[in-house]
Amino acid sequence: MGLGEILHNLVFDYTLRTVALGSGVLGVVSGALGAFAVLRRQSLLGDSVSHTALPGIAIAFLLTGAKSPLVMIIGAAVAGWAGTLLVMGIIKTTRIKSDSALGLVLSVFFGFGLVLLTFIQKMPNARQSGLETFLFGQATALMERDVIVMAVLGALAVITMLILWKEFKILSFDPEYGVTQGFPMRTVEVILTTVLVIAIVVGLQTVGVVLMSAMVVAPAAAARQWTDRLGLMIFLAALFGAIAGISGAVISSLTLRLPTGPTIVLCISAIVLVSMMLAPNRGLFWNWIRRWYNRRLLTLNAVLADMYELAKVHDDPSHAHPAATIEAMSYRTGGVRRSLDALEESGLVQRSRMDEWALTPKGMAEAEKVIKSMEVKT
Amino acid sequence: MTSAQIEIQLVAVVVAAACALPGVFLVLRRTAMMSDAISHAILLGIVIAFFITEDLASPFLVVAATLTGVLTVSLVELINKTRLVKEDAAIGLVFPALFSIGVILISRYAGDVHLDTDAVLLGELAFAPFNRLVVFGYDIGPRAFYLMGGIFLINLVFIILFFKELKLATFDAGLAAALGFSPWLIHYALMSLVSVTAVGAFDAVGSILVVALMIAPPAAAYLLTDRLSYMLVLSGLIGIVGALCGYWLAHFLDVSIAGSMATMVGVLFGAVFLMAPNRGIVAIARRKIRQKWEFAQHMLVIHLFTHEDLPEAVTECRFEHLDEHMRWDESFSHRVVDRAEKQGFVKCRDGFLNLTEKGRGLARGIIVK
Repeated sequence: MGLGEILHNLVFDYTLRTVALGSGVLGVVSGALGAFAVLRRQSLLGDSVSHTALPGIAIAFLLTGAKSPLVMIIGAAVAGWAGTLLVMGIIKTTRIKSDSALGLVLSVFFGFGLVLLTFIQKMPNARQSGLETFLFGQATALMERDVIVMAVLGALAVITMLILWKEFKILSFDPEYGVTQGFPMRTVEVILTTVLVIAIVVGLQTVGVVLMSAMVVAPAAAARQWTDRLGLMIFLAALFGAIAGISGAVISSLTLRLPTGPTIVLCISAIVLVSMMLAPNRGLFWNWIRRWYNRRLLTLNAVLADMYELAKVHDDPSHAHPAATIEAMSYRTGGVRRSLDALEESGLVQRSRMDEWALTPKGMAEAEKVIKSMEVKT
Repeated sequence: MTSAQIEIQLVAVVVAAACALPGVFLVLRRTAMMSDAISHAILLGIVIAFFITEDLASPFLVVAATLTGVLTVSLVELINKTRLVKEDAAIGLVFPALFSIGVILISRYAGDVHLDTDAVLLGELAFAPFNRLVVFGYDIGPRAFYLMGGIFLINLVFIILFFKELKLATFDAGLAAALGFSPWLIHYALMSLVSVTAVGAFDAVGSILVVALMIAPPAAAYLLTDRLSYMLVLSGLIGIVGALCGYWLAHFLDVSIAGSMATMVGVLFGAVFLMAPNRGIVAIARRKIRQKWEFAQHMLVIHLFTHEDLPEAVTECRFEHLDEHMRWDESFSHRVVDRAEKQGFVKCRDGFLNLTEKGRGLARGIIVK
């Protein structure tokens, strides 16, 4: 299928359009707000909130008997929020650390949700309740009204973030400073948590409980590699989230039996991998190149310095020495000959007919410079 | 009780005990979320091994899934080492990716085979008695019981054998490294145990509830004791009690057994969280209240003691004066004085406060301290 056809389908195919739109919205919202969670070292909060949401969904269904997306989302949000407060309460009042508190609350709430789900399934007409979709996500079952609800809630979350931009920024980087400046940091924290809970809950129906945590962490983790500025990072996180959402939706629509949620997660994981490898400055690839270059420079300089020492003790500075002598002097013999070749290429050393080596005048000057720089450093 | 019920409970008990043991170290070493990551990621190992052996009961499944668990741990460490993201984010990046690959493999290739994500994630303890272990033609009981019993024994033996090393590496990793115990080796050994346990438990309770059984009982025990050995025993007991209560709750409500086991260990944790001596919420609140009154009484006796028998005592040692001097409102002053009188520290006559000999002794004691 050509690119043109995919674009055509994106616009005119109802299912694909809805799914792609929904996934895109999810990517933008969770990417943007997840950035704050990642910066505040609460990456796993997404995992916790999405699991704790399950009993909320079940209770909302039990109370109202309706499966309208808004009711479910409200139920999920209340439970997710309560779970988060409980995690914070446990950390604050006991010596249990955050990782245990998160794991405890998420698994126990999830278990309770499972109890409620199996309870609901025994009730008449439970089959149509569509509750399982929240577990593993069922993007293909998204309908226009779901997407509208997601978009409205997501927009609310993003607008709140923009209004409280300064406060969220202070909270993420230096909350104590915020307190001294008279900001109500506790309130700001509660608001940020609430907004994050909304962002997570909005995505549950598309990618499901288990994979939602990736949508919180991954876009932000990828964006972080490209920039040190918060604004740009959040923009990039939202962009990466959207790209992963839409491309995941498209790819899974093109392939038979390829579930949307996991495909989206693999797309965002690929973006993370590329970012970690190739992002300028922080990328591992550039890091390797830098390290390789430095190592090479070090061995070249070491060979130059050794040859300078040799020249100094000899009456005739241009007297050539066999490579074996230089090898014997160097700390690691490997690469000496290669270094000599490289130095010859840049005109710093010359090879005599006997396959012996000497510094050129240019090499002499360079070697003096190297030795001087070493002295300064030690 | 039918024999199936007894067998389910036996399986539940060994699962709970096997999970609680490594869980203690997860909680103490602050790596609890690794159990979440491992228990999800092993899906991939299970799927791959299943494709190769086409047999869900094959021991190769356990091996492959355990390897995936260890792979998860090393991937997380690899990402940590790059320092490009924080540790919590590394966990959050790795396991959803592995899990997604597992889910995609299942839906692409497993088709109608009996292997679906629900089964792995949620488990079904009620089916445990159907899967029998037959040795030399004799049916000796449910397979899950022997599998989890074996894993429980492995965990137990490992912890007993390396108790000293584990203790040292957990509470003082620096000292352990200096003494020559490789923290790296201990970390991986523990994570392998967690993986084996999670794999063994997944078809009984599902991968998410493994986390509940691994973390909730040790977390509760952590609030009850300061001794590692007691904590291990207590976690096991709490896990077992939770599992049994969970089974009966599920039985009466006819709901998911695994879910109600997780709920019950959660309830037990909640009870400990509230009622634990010393560390429970109630104990903390009571201690705070007691300290408040004690402090007020100490202030009172010291105040009276310093002004006693001096000319200003006529004004200073009056009940009305407390408001001005201590910033106490009248009802609070009343209650402090009442308590002090009841304990025999002061005597109040016509609004004038006199220290008793006992009160003087208390004041002297505090000042000396």
